[in-house]
Amino acid sequence: MSTLEIKDLHVSIDTEQGTKEILKGVSLTIRTGETHAIMGPNGSGKSTLASTIAGHPRYNVTSGTITLDGEDVLAMSVDERARAGLFLAMQYPVEVPGVSMTNFLRTAKTAIDGEAPKLRTWTKDVKAAMAQLRIDADFTQRNVNEGFSGGEKKRVEILQLELFKPKFAILDETDSGLDVDALKVVSEGVNRAHAEGKMGTLLITHYTRILRYIKPEFVHVFVDGQVVEEGGPELADRLEEEGYDRYATGAGAATIAAASAAAQA
Amino acid sequence: MTDITTEKARIGAPSAKPFINGFTEEGESLSPLNARESKAPLAGEAVKRHSHGGGVGIPDSSRAGRLTSYKLADFKPLTGMEEDWRFTPLKRLRGLHTEVLNGTAPSVSVTAPDSVTVETVGREDRRIGSAAIPEDRVSANAWENFTEATVITVPAEVQVDGEVSVLLTGQGTAASAQHVVIVAERFSKSVVVLDHQGTAVVAENVEILVEDGAQLTVISLQEWNDDAVHASSQQVKLGRDAKFKHIVVSLGGDLVRVTPSARFTAPGAEVELFGLYFADAGQHLEQRLFVDHAVANCKSNVLYKGALQGRNAHTVWVGDVLIRKEAEGTDTYEANRNLVLTDGARADSVPNLEIETGLIAGAGHASATGRFDDQHLFYLMARGIPEEVARRLVVRGFLNEIIQQIKVPAIEERLTAAVERELAATNH
Repeated sequence: MSTLEIKDLHVSIDTEQGTKEILKGVSLTIRTGETHAIMGPNGSGKSTLASTIAGHPRYNVTSGTITLDGEDVLAMSVDERARAGLFLAMQYPVEVPGVSMTNFLRTAKTAIDGEAPKLRTWTKDVKAAMAQLRIDADFTQRNVNEGFSGGEKKRVEILQLELFKPKFAILDETDSGLDVDALKVVSEGVNRAHAEGKMGTLLITHYTRILRYIKPEFVHVFVDGQVVEEGGPELADRLEEEGYDRYATGAGAATIAAASAAAQA
Repeated sequence: MTDITTEKARIGAPSAKPFINGFTEEGESLSPLNARESKAPLAGEAVKRHSHGGGVGIPDSSRAGRLTSYKLADFKPLTGMEEDWRFTPLKRLRGLHTEVLNGTAPSVSVTAPDSVTVETVGREDRRIGSAAIPEDRVSANAWENFTEATVITVPAEVQVDGEVSVLLTGQGTAASAQHVVIVAERFSKSVVVLDHQGTAVVAENVEILVEDGAQLTVISLQEWNDDAVHASSQQVKLGRDAKFKHIVVSLGGDLVRVTPSARFTAPGAEVELFGLYFADAGQHLEQRLFVDHAVANCKSNVLYKGALQGRNAHTVWVGDVLIRKEAEGTDTYEANRNLVLTDGARADSVPNLEIETGLIAGAGHASATGRFDDQHLFYLMARGIPEEVARRLVVRGFLNEIIQQIKVPAIEERLTAAVERELAATNH
């Protein structure tokens, strides 16, 4: 049983206009076996949370903590976080020219496990996982993500999820840009990994569509860098019907209030 | 206005006749030797005619206007302002451009199958000058000073199993001159490896003749010691339907400058020019190539890739491709990619494409110099791969595109190991 705990997290980025705060005090606890969905409109900070957990250098944590079973995640480098058991399925997987998938997968698996996988079982595992995700066998010869379609890139992210067996998977809008078939294939992959019972999942999404295939126990609604509402799966159903409009008004009102307060000061 | 004139010159606009025969604005471009040897495209006519085109107030604006001569005296002393020397730190040439090159040349040891003829010949051998003519002062200096040449001949219709291995071992820092001639007779097929090692200060001319229907690969490896200085002009002349593949790999040496030139003399021929270089702190690795499409229906493909790391690591790549008026149906592409791994390194990259006819199959050029990409690094590290391993994966992948062109397993392995060593170097 593992616990990923995020406490009062504040994150900012440097822009040309100066420092901009994106996460304004986020707290969240995920345990092994749980699936949490984070939903929210564009620009609400969902992806920032994902990238911050993974350690992307663009995001500065100004206060708050992230711990994995009590260990300080923020003190770890990007690769240490991955080896500690955190996996980020990226929204925009990067093409890495010159590095073959085979080489990449084996190198990463070796780094994460601390020892090289046994070649025979490993090759078999990769093949089987690829077949289940309906990825062509010749992808192993190609360079990482190079020339892959959007859907192929997402499937390859889930392939890694299944092969690397992390403690916590953070799926950053893995559903965006997928057609229904691909969405099903990808969701099945996540469910398979989850069903092994050793993983907690943080599913970040803009749409409720993927929640038809992956069932979260907890739903958190993100608006303007904060969790504005939390609940069970029923909250997702409500969002599907009503959208994010009712939060937008609130956030807008808050912004206006803050602005007028600033003007008076 | 300058731009317009330059453009005109590049497209090969009709130009004025010279006031004095043999003279252009650039000076005397026809030595007596040049005039005697005056047969296109090695020298003479082509040079003469086009040099006027290049001389519209802009010396060297067309590659066709470049002076070529077997006589050192025809080349003015270098100032460093010349177009083809502007990136080279002349002080570090250690006299290759100023001294009499009478030092001991690197020793030559050739391992070749019996079917291949290897000879050591004097200056008067008829094959000297059959494929090359110096295009710069250092090359002319080497030409004037070499005492003997190694001639490797692959006889007609012979397909050589395995490669011809030429080991050139430096004999110290006295400035010297080297001359190698490779002749691939008609319909032969072979691979020749020039393996430069040790410490040398040497100017070298490599003449390569690929006769009708022959297929030749020449791999030039520069794995010199850190103090070596090497200027190598490697010129190839291709017959009808000849195929030539050239792979230049520069890893070691203080200053290495390789200038390959490919000249087509009959239709149907193809050249592939590949290069790989990896510059460490303080190293200057320069490559300037020239593809002269002087006849119709020939193909050329150029790809050079370089990595740089450390303070004052400097690489230069200049790719001149000239499609002359006669060269209809030409298909050409050239590209250079550089990967800058650390601060303090500098990569210069200049692709020049001159097109004098519109009736071509294709012509393209590309150049990109990028830093080691933080996005690549993040992606790999987010999968648990430590930074150093990630960096190595990417560079190895980047350079592997060239290494895999070599197709001699022993050399591929050796170079892969050499690249690993470069990456492990602690100067970044």
